[in-house]
Amino acid sequence: MSFMTRPTARHPKLPVNELGLTVRDYEGGMSTLCAGCGHDSITAAIVQSAFELSIPTHRFAKLSGIGCSSKTPAYFLRDSHGFNSTHGRMPSVATGANSANRDLTYIGVSGDGDSLSIGMGQFAHAIRRNLNMVYIIENNGVYGLTKGQFSAAADKGSKAKKGEVNLQPAIDPCQTAITLGASFVARSFSGDKDQLVPLLKAAMKHQGFSLVDIISPCVTFNDHVGSTKSYEYTRAHFSPAIATDFVPPAEEIKAKYNEGEAMQVELHDGSHIVLRKIDKDFNPTDRISAMSNLQKNNAAGEITTGLLYVDESQAEMHELNNTSSTPLVDLPYDKVCPGNDMLQKIQARYR
Amino acid sequence: MRPTDTSNPKYFHKVVDCQYACPAHTDVPGYIRHIAQGEFTEAYMLNRKSNVFPGILGRVCDRPCEPACRRGRVEDKPVAICRLKRVAADNRDDVKHLLPVPPPSNGKKVALVGAGCASLAVANDLAPLGYQCTIFEKFDVTGGLMRSNIPSFRLPPEVLDDEIGMILDLGVELKTNHPIESMNALLEQDFDAVFVGTGAPRGKELNLPGRQEADANIHIGIDWLESVAFKHTESIGKNVLIIGVGNTAMDCCRTSLRMGADSVKVMARKPREFFKASVWELEDAEEENVDIIVNHSPKEFVIESGKLVGMAFELMEYDIDDNGRITDQRTTGEVIIPCDDVILAIGQDNAFPWIEKDAGIEFDKWEVPVVDEATFQSTRQGVFFGGDAAFGPKNIIWAVEHGHQAAVSIHKYCQGEDVADRLPDGQTLASTKMGIHEWSYSNSFDSNERTIMPHVSLKERFKKLDIEVELGFSAELAAEEVERCLNCDIQTVFTANLCIECDACIDVCPVDCLTITHDGEDEDLRTRLSAPSENNEQALYVSGALPSTGKVMVKDEDVCIHCSLCAERCPTAAWDMQKFTLHHPHAKDEAGQPAVKDVA
Repeated sequence: MSFMTRPTARHPKLPVNELGLTVRDYEGGMSTLCAGCGHDSITAAIVQSAFELSIPTHRFAKLSGIGCSSKTPAYFLRDSHGFNSTHGRMPSVATGANSANRDLTYIGVSGDGDSLSIGMGQFAHAIRRNLNMVYIIENNGVYGLTKGQFSAAADKGSKAKKGEVNLQPAIDPCQTAITLGASFVARSFSGDKDQLVPLLKAAMKHQGFSLVDIISPCVTFNDHVGSTKSYEYTRAHFSPAIATDFVPPAEEIKAKYNEGEAMQVELHDGSHIVLRKIDKDFNPTDRISAMSNLQKNNAAGEITTGLLYVDESQAEMHELNNTSSTPLVDLPYDKVCPGNDMLQKIQARYR
Repeated sequence: MRPTDTSNPKYFHKVVDCQYACPAHTDVPGYIRHIAQGEFTEAYMLNRKSNVFPGILGRVCDRPCEPACRRGRVEDKPVAICRLKRVAADNRDDVKHLLPVPPPSNGKKVALVGAGCASLAVANDLAPLGYQCTIFEKFDVTGGLMRSNIPSFRLPPEVLDDEIGMILDLGVELKTNHPIESMNALLEQDFDAVFVGTGAPRGKELNLPGRQEADANIHIGIDWLESVAFKHTESIGKNVLIIGVGNTAMDCCRTSLRMGADSVKVMARKPREFFKASVWELEDAEEENVDIIVNHSPKEFVIESGKLVGMAFELMEYDIDDNGRITDQRTTGEVIIPCDDVILAIGQDNAFPWIEKDAGIEFDKWEVPVVDEATFQSTRQGVFFGGDAAFGPKNIIWAVEHGHQAAVSIHKYCQGEDVADRLPDGQTLASTKMGIHEWSYSNSFDSNERTIMPHVSLKERFKKLDIEVELGFSAELAAEEVERCLNCDIQTVFTANLCIECDACIDVCPVDCLTITHDGEDEDLRTRLSAPSENNEQALYVSGALPSTGKVMVKDEDVCIHCSLCAERCPTAAWDMQKFTLHHPHAKDEAGQPAVKDVA
């Protein structure tokens, strides 16, 4: 970690977004993670995405559990709401927060340990609820904070730093999420911001649960020969299936695409995701196609990346539960708490 | 694009903007770090190595370093480099024991004409090598224009005496009241080489109607300043007009106020952006309530009953294009401004009435000697020129560098070597890494604004001519100002084959200097960087192909604050922070012996 505070100097020609803010206004504190950690690149991509979308910093809520990944919300969006919860419990806290204030943009940051072992149940049910949030898994295949034990995302046959071989099969969070009915599933790599930033922007604008599984090499415990989550291995097996462009509501889709190659998904706020197929067989709007291609590529040892599955038509948690369209925080107190008389009436119904 | 060649010292030298802009290449960040450590003597000696007169220059240098300072691009104002130099001079201990001890004579004799900064710099370099240097000075005091033209309220005579004394004490012979009236006669004497450092002593004339009649009240700026300095002039009229708006004009107007003038107006022909005077000298004059009046072009001197009563000006209007150039001009009227005295400060020339046409020294069509820009040798072998005498009026720090280079030439000439065959600049780079995320320099960014120089109050300062207006930074103020230095000599050095392209450096860089992208030519690369790259004066540092993807690492040097975060966040130490030291050869290096004890 660096000991110095983040310098306040700025590039004098830094562009500003619609709110007049620079990308620096979306940053947080200085990272205390290991030098070269993939998580820091993901932090930078979140900062960049939030800046480009011109969302006011205080309209974000950032939540996390426990682990290296779960430290990262301290490093972005210093002026937003935040909650660092217990191990694997971030989805519950996110559900509670989102129930009370549906108007914020929720960013949950978790890791493969936090989500796929202790938090697996919470992860699964947040997907089922179609909780309107961006759920980022900073996936490095190891428990970095406890000195590099295999996580549930470690590939079978991959080697730990001291040579031990992982004998258990990996949980693929993307396949799991599609199976559980997720409405937005993407995978990317911390080392490829060109791909990651548009994906995060689309995820932030998607109405419902957006899973973004990001391979994020652990430089300290999982960046060696024999690792399948190292910088080198990821770059060698990185296979973009779908390129994603995010086009904001008012903007015209200018890029030219070959016929049959591009497909558009309109989001609730009128923005568009333009998907360009790199892998011809891949159809990210068809769940069966997405699943079968993911499995096929997995078997071939490829790390399939891009927006793997999207279904904008699914109802998110508030719609499913027919909640108030006004966030609870904005309702007058007597509406949120109608008083003892009303309580007595409600209780009477259960007698 | 070809990877940046950092083996050529010029690349990293240029990154150290202040040092690069300084004609003498003073190691500015180096001495600022000494000051930060309270090592004033070391800071002084490091300065002296390059610029010879730190105490003098710390007050009156033209400061080419400050407009170049990177801090001025990161925020508004540069580091107060010049005044920090004065801090080193004000607070140093005795340095006598650190100065070279002259060796026995090597039998070579050098004549130096004029006891100004150029000749003194030559003597400073040659005396420690055993050369017998003789300085011929027409006045009875040393210092040249530094003493006669810079008013004592800016540069106290004690400072001049002290620093000039250090050079004379090296065994230099000084002959005052000894004007050289014939070059031929000088050449006939027993000297192995001659150096001409006579400055540019002739002020420009303004021949307008009424000039002759009003002669008693019209003064040539540099002559007038000289006569004030030598106490031949002790008063001036109540209303004074200064014609011209260079630094001499600023000295004239402020001196007038101390000679009894009530109202002083500086008359400029053009708008403010075309002024030749340094911004800080303008500010200091305006602080003393000098009026600076633009767009007035002198037309004639107005005389009544044989006496100067005013001056007529044409009112000017200019068309200025987007590049700030004047495209057209016209007169819109005329005005007479009453005055008692006029001082002309519109420039000066070098003049050599004492060099005979048959001396073998060629002059060009402007009557200026033909001098080689690298060796400072004239067309006659063994005769060298430097300072304002060589290429017209510049400033003290240029004169000092001319002196260093002329000394190299004189040494080589006297040793029978080719004066053009000179040592090239060299560099050393040494890592400043002290441990994990610890560096041997103060790498954190200090957001302090530029420290304001305390001045003597407006009431006090006019009581006497020689009350120094600037009080200098106290140790406390200096301690704040030094932290503003961005340590541009601590270079970000990149080793491409170690990079794993994790992006950590790019993500952490607070000023968006870094980009990993596909290779391309400079112009194309500048369109693809993390932040707009509009300052083409500043280089792009481009790596070779990176091992994983074949892309290149590009660093835009423009606003790097040298905070070391790229190196701290790099997992493979592909970035390192390395101290760059420039080796800019002087005569002692050509002579192959360390003549000055190097405490820095």
